[in-house]
Amino acid sequence: MKLRAIQYVVLIGVAAVFLGPLYWLLSTAFKQPSEIYQWPPAWWPHLTWENFSLAWKAAPFDRYFLNSTIITVVGTALKVINAVLTAYAFAYLRFPFKKVLFFLVLGAMMVPGHVTLLPNYLTVATLGWINTYAGLIIPGIGSAFATFLMRQHFLTLPTEVTDAAAVDGAGHLRTLWRVVLPMSQPMLVTVVVITAVEEWNNFVWPLIVTNTASMRTLPVGLLILKDEEGLAAWGTIMAGTLLVLAPMLLIFLIAQRYIVGGITQGALKG
Amino acid sequence: MTVVELPARTHPDERTLATGNDQLKRRRRREYGLFALLVAPNLLVIAVFAYWPIIYNAFLSLTDWNMIAARPKFIGLANYGRTLTDPAFHKTLWITVVFTGLIVVGSLIIGLALAFLFNLPLKGRGAVRTIAFAPHILSGAAVATIWAFIFDPGYGLLRALIEPFGAEPPDWMNNSDWALPGLVIVYLWKNVGFAALIYLAGLQGLPKELDEAAAIDGASTWTRFRAIKLPLLAPITFFLLITTVIGTFQAFDVIAVMTGGGPGDATTTLSWSIYNEGFQAFNAGRAATLSIIMFVILLVVTTVQAKVMERRVHYR
Repeated sequence: MKLRAIQYVVLIGVAAVFLGPLYWLLSTAFKQPSEIYQWPPAWWPHLTWENFSLAWKAAPFDRYFLNSTIITVVGTALKVINAVLTAYAFAYLRFPFKKVLFFLVLGAMMVPGHVTLLPNYLTVATLGWINTYAGLIIPGIGSAFATFLMRQHFLTLPTEVTDAAAVDGAGHLRTLWRVVLPMSQPMLVTVVVITAVEEWNNFVWPLIVTNTASMRTLPVGLLILKDEEGLAAWGTIMAGTLLVLAPMLLIFLIAQRYIVGGITQGALKG
Repeated sequence: MTVVELPARTHPDERTLATGNDQLKRRRRREYGLFALLVAPNLLVIAVFAYWPIIYNAFLSLTDWNMIAARPKFIGLANYGRTLTDPAFHKTLWITVVFTGLIVVGSLIIGLALAFLFNLPLKGRGAVRTIAFAPHILSGAAVATIWAFIFDPGYGLLRALIEPFGAEPPDWMNNSDWALPGLVIVYLWKNVGFAALIYLAGLQGLPKELDEAAAIDGASTWTRFRAIKLPLLAPITFFLLITTVIGTFQAFDVIAVMTGGGPGDATTTLSWSIYNEGFQAFNAGRAATLSIIMFVILLVVTTVQAKVMERRVHYR
């Protein structure tokens, strides 16, 4: 019994370690600025939206939010379409040297993203895409891991169903849309959610490929806000931080089991 | 990663019809065409933005170029000679290795401990597991600003927590002894939940019989952990080791927000110095050289992974 009690204390301690910083963020974001700079800190603040209006005045957060949303929605859509079409082709169609091509797709996973920054910046500059949505989105829509996950999933679907569709005269695209995708819904949701989280959180690429406030995304805007406001405006910065985190926290709460499922699957089946 | 190979899927008609007639040839040509159409956009983007950068980097690393002059000046291997003998580069490499080592060891040990905790029959363990995993999917930049305020020596959470014990917090991010450990804490907070999740899945997949038999034979909890569970979890430990090394080598967002490589060069990792050389000093040749060095290091890591995975450190 005593052991069990200790285990519960540890469990609660662990929860506190991970919730503490989030509570600190939340309480600061809604504190009155005077409460932030009092000591000892106010643990139960008097709630106010003041920090959010300060953040809005300090930086164009509505614009950042719009840009992040556009990039996440369009980028995720294009990347997942790429993954689904490529996976379908590799799972169901014939082509000479198909195996070699598949390893070329998978091989992209061996290239660390950070190594591609400078050349991709130069390529995007050559294309005239610096500070554009195309420059922000296109370099990231190549899909290797998501293609791999989708193809492996397609191969587990029973052949009879796709055969039946073909016998009924359905073309490949129709089979994909009407038969294969509906049977792959959980995997599709997983891929969409994981891709969207990555797009939203992406930091270094938007940082180097944009150069005006009107094209910045939320995470980059946050860095600029922190550098400009410095230590004098934690309330403003925490309000901005909450704007960056809230949508992903929401998605996580809703789609938690898809994210967790996809990540453990990717790890254990690899 | 193993690629499942199933027999190629052919159109059902073809399995019954004799091959060789015109209709089949036409159908095959159409199938090839469709394949090319479906795969081309993805392959094009991958070729231009994943493979071409390696070649481009290799070329740029042989040049001296400020990205303004009309064309890069070819200087042979001078960038490599200079970088590999540069004490500042040695320090960068050392910082990267220490940083990566601390995060790898920390997240494996803490992750495993958390997995054992979450595997106990405790009420609310599922919720705590979810809470511990949540930071993994949050923006690194946002997590960094939260921790920058926690570490704030004047009004931060950490000061509030340790002051009652008579301790005073250091000025974490402006102190060259504390900045790197501070970053390690943030990355651990963000990523141990991931390691815990993977370990937990591994623990729950272990065959129970072995452990039960050992328990009946009187093996202690520690012996069963060391002699049975740990070896059986080896493939998972190995997977986490590799992914954490690759991820940490490229760690950037938290560093950019919290320290900017400083104070001085105290947190200048390889990933930061690639950014710094390329986008702040505008020295394309040096940045490309550092990129190639990082690429080679991580290529060795992934190749080792592939080789070991082939030999399967697997219990099944």
